[in-house]
Amino acid sequence: MRSTRRSGFVPDPLLSIRDLTVDFATEDGVVHAVQGVTYDVYPGETLGIVGESGSGKSVSMLAVLGLIPQPPGKIVRGDASFKGRNLMQMPNDELRQLRGGEMAMIFQDPMTSLNPVLAVGFQISEAIIAHNSDVGAEKARERGIELLDLVGVPNPDQRYDQFPHEFSGGMRQRAMIAMAIANSPSMLIADEPTTALDVTIQAQIIEVLKAAQRETQAATILITHDLGLVAELADRVVVMYAGRVVESGDVYTIFANPRHPYTVGLMESLPGLTVGDESLQPIPGQPPSLISLPPGCAFHPRCSLSNGRPRCRTEVPELHETGHPEHWSACHFLAELEGYKSKLVTEAIG
Amino acid sequence: MSDHSLETDLAPAGTVAVVGASAPLGEIQTEEAQKSSFYESGLEVEVRSQWTYARRRFFRHRLAVASLVVLTVILLAGAFASWVAPYPYDGIDLDAAGTAPTLSGGHIFGTDLLGRDYFSRVIYGIRTTERVAFLVAILAVVIGTGIGMVAGYYGRWVDNGLMRITDLVLTLPGLAVLLTAAAFLGKGSPYRVAVILALLFWTTLARLVRGQFLSLREKEYVDAAKAAGAGDLRIMFRHMLPNSLGPIIVFGTLILGIAILTEAALSFLGFGIQPPTPALGKLIADGQDVSQSMWWLVLCPGLTIVLIVLCVNFVGDGLRDALDPTQRIRA
Amino acid sequence: MLAYILRRILYSIPVLIAASFLIFTMVSAFGDPMSELRLNPLVSKQTLEKQAEEKHLNDPIPVRYGYWVKDAVTNKFGTPLFVNEPIWNDLKRVIPHTIALVVCAELLALLFGVAIGIYSAIRQYSPFDYAATTFSFLGFAMPVFWLALMLQIGFTNLFISTHVRIFYTSGLSSVDPGTGPHWLLDRAQHLAIPVMVLAVLNIAVYSRYMRASLLEVVNTDYVRTARAKGLTEQRVTIRHAVRNALTPVVTLSALSFGALIGGAIITESIFQLDGMGNYFIQNLLSQDVYPVMAWLMITAIMIILFNLIADILYGILDPRVRYE
Repeated sequence: MRSTRRSGFVPDPLLSIRDLTVDFATEDGVVHAVQGVTYDVYPGETLGIVGESGSGKSVSMLAVLGLIPQPPGKIVRGDASFKGRNLMQMPNDELRQLRGGEMAMIFQDPMTSLNPVLAVGFQISEAIIAHNSDVGAEKARERGIELLDLVGVPNPDQRYDQFPHEFSGGMRQRAMIAMAIANSPSMLIADEPTTALDVTIQAQIIEVLKAAQRETQAATILITHDLGLVAELADRVVVMYAGRVVESGDVYTIFANPRHPYTVGLMESLPGLTVGDESLQPIPGQPPSLISLPPGCAFHPRCSLSNGRPRCRTEVPELHETGHPEHWSACHFLAELEGYKSKLVTEAIG
Repeated sequence: MSDHSLETDLAPAGTVAVVGASAPLGEIQTEEAQKSSFYESGLEVEVRSQWTYARRRFFRHRLAVASLVVLTVILLAGAFASWVAPYPYDGIDLDAAGTAPTLSGGHIFGTDLLGRDYFSRVIYGIRTTERVAFLVAILAVVIGTGIGMVAGYYGRWVDNGLMRITDLVLTLPGLAVLLTAAAFLGKGSPYRVAVILALLFWTTLARLVRGQFLSLREKEYVDAAKAAGAGDLRIMFRHMLPNSLGPIIVFGTLILGIAILTEAALSFLGFGIQPPTPALGKLIADGQDVSQSMWWLVLCPGLTIVLIVLCVNFVGDGLRDALDPTQRIRA
Repeated sequence: MLAYILRRILYSIPVLIAASFLIFTMVSAFGDPMSELRLNPLVSKQTLEKQAEEKHLNDPIPVRYGYWVKDAVTNKFGTPLFVNEPIWNDLKRVIPHTIALVVCAELLALLFGVAIGIYSAIRQYSPFDYAATTFSFLGFAMPVFWLALMLQIGFTNLFISTHVRIFYTSGLSSVDPGTGPHWLLDRAQHLAIPVMVLAVLNIAVYSRYMRASLLEVVNTDYVRTARAKGLTEQRVTIRHAVRNALTPVVTLSALSFGALIGGAIITESIFQLDGMGNYFIQNLLSQDVYPVMAWLMITAIMIILFNLIADILYGILDPRVRYE
């Protein structure tokens, strides 16, 4: 379900993140996992957060939910507000009430994300009872079976009492989704929901996610490195690299007219549709170490647009409007990408 | 564009990822060439870098380093006992009989009923202990590793059979079996005692090594080696064993500590090393009869044992952090 | 679940049989049962030969094994040399004392060990954690017999100087312990120090193990999920973290019976307790083969039993194991 915001009316964001910066203290030094990240999530939309491993896409979300352990981790600065409430200043108990209630998260690997010694159904009911103290065990069980049915688990009343290792990978992920939507959240965060699954199962889980969205009308944050998933599900996209947001905009614009060299590289590295002899075009080089980031723009060592220009090496680019509505890019020379059309467009046309 | 060789001590058994092509841009190495150069060079880099990295980590542990120093001093004292000990082992001096430990007057650990200096006796005892303990540890490690390797590498029937044997050995209470063996097979020679101890201690190490080898067997470089025509023994010793050495060494130090304690218990009960060979446990047993008045005869040799084993354990702990940082040792 | 238990029981039986054969062969091969007696000039050659006949000592080992098993089952483990008292009577007397000692020590060790481990993990790197770690290292380094002696000396000297008897330092009971609660108190006072001595090592082991296990569990994905669900920190810690971290410790406990018997041997001989350990040592000293074999067999049976309990406990705690 795509939201239509082209009517011009812009509602208040559901979640607002401003200048979020998270560090981790490790033996080898301080890891700057997230630096100055800023984005919004609007009610009912699906926001795709795209980036490779280590881009900080998961950490920023975990920090917002209060799931980063604060001894090694440290939220250095930044604000996050949910429905107008400041999450960073909130007492732990209040934040806890939001977790699993209004803000729910689905994790990547359902095998390790479910407690292996407790029954699956029990774990779902636990989520229900934690947020609805008036609900008794019987009622919670009923609701749990309903949820399992909703996400497409066959024989839900039997499966309810089974253990995670008796479920297949796809079914476990369905159970995780059931657990997340148990309390009708207004925001659903899916962290790489299909990465750990077989390709054939991935498609099924995407359908389950869509069903869950329909059921709850929740805003969905889809964290992934899979551009195909983003193309299919997202309304808007935020692209992250080395802990920073480098581009954000609606999904069509990002895919068709990217204005950041990294996004361009991502689009170009997708296999072409035309049957041909082209070799794949990966982005040369490796993502930087988050302990010793390159000065200036983090992408400049691999950037073909930069060509070693000094500004890229010295100045960290801020997000600028590209001239298109709601399309931001953090590149000093984004203007030079004006008129660039990704091969998705050119292939479709030509 | 640079190429990197990443050392990770996060990957099990210290595998090294060689990232980035060393060939100039645009040239694609054949898969075989890539595999073999990766395999050969990767392995060399891996072994070298892992040890230097481990050494660095070990020396960051001040407690382990301090313990190593103390341990070396003690071991050297024991090895050179006849030079270090102020009095002979059996130096009877009835005038000085039954004196409590004093810092002045040369009897740091006091004397017993016959006036023998206990400090000297303890030093001689340390000499015996270190001989026996090292022998036990080495034997147990060799036997345990050997059996574990075979069980883990060949798997299935061989593994099953060997593990049943280990199970069997484990159903018998350790100390009791040792005592029985010692009682009937003859006490006395430290070497006999060492062998008997080793024959009991190899089991847990065998399980450990077997576990390691069972998982290492699935690694790609084993397949690569087989494809290159390497024989079983070569694969086991040259490729798999170096990657298991970490936990083996750590467990070896554990065995060392346990061997010292067990030997002391055996000689205390009278079943281990027999007089006239000095033994720390025996020294404590000698002190047991007069412990009410001459408590130092029990305290001092005991404290020595505690100190030695403590140091061994600290060193072992430091080694574990250095060699096995993210994994828990599973037996 | 039932199938799992039955499988484990079935597996234990051949182990038991193999163990019995191993014990018999080992001991018979080690010791000529009559070696001590041969040295004794008072014993005539004829008596020796008569005993040899009676005990079938001239037959090959497998045959002797057969006789031994038969004797064990029908005649309560047979009799020691020259004594016509069945071994079982002695064993029957001493086993309960040792069981009491061992069980008390283990319960104490689990209680303290797990508690210390949990607290150390929750308050990692705190002064408590460092103190607990130091204590653990000391516990690993102390010989059991030395600790026993030191405590014995300490409490005896305490009594001598103050005439206040807190704990007894030898024997199972006083000469006239009274009945009912008086008897219980007296027995407790006698067993207190041995129990403490036996528990120390295991407290050290379990606290370290529990700490490591809990620290590992606390960083797992499923604990993160539990937090993400909005469960209270208390519930996450107990219901998810500790519950899972406890499993290896509990099974470790059930498997440590063999080591505890070893400790019991030492403690009982130092504290003059009339238990299995002391019985074992006495017969070993007199080189009396048959009690030793019987003892080893009984102990092996107990160890196999405890291994079974450990397996069952593990199956209860970790459902994944039931489907092996």
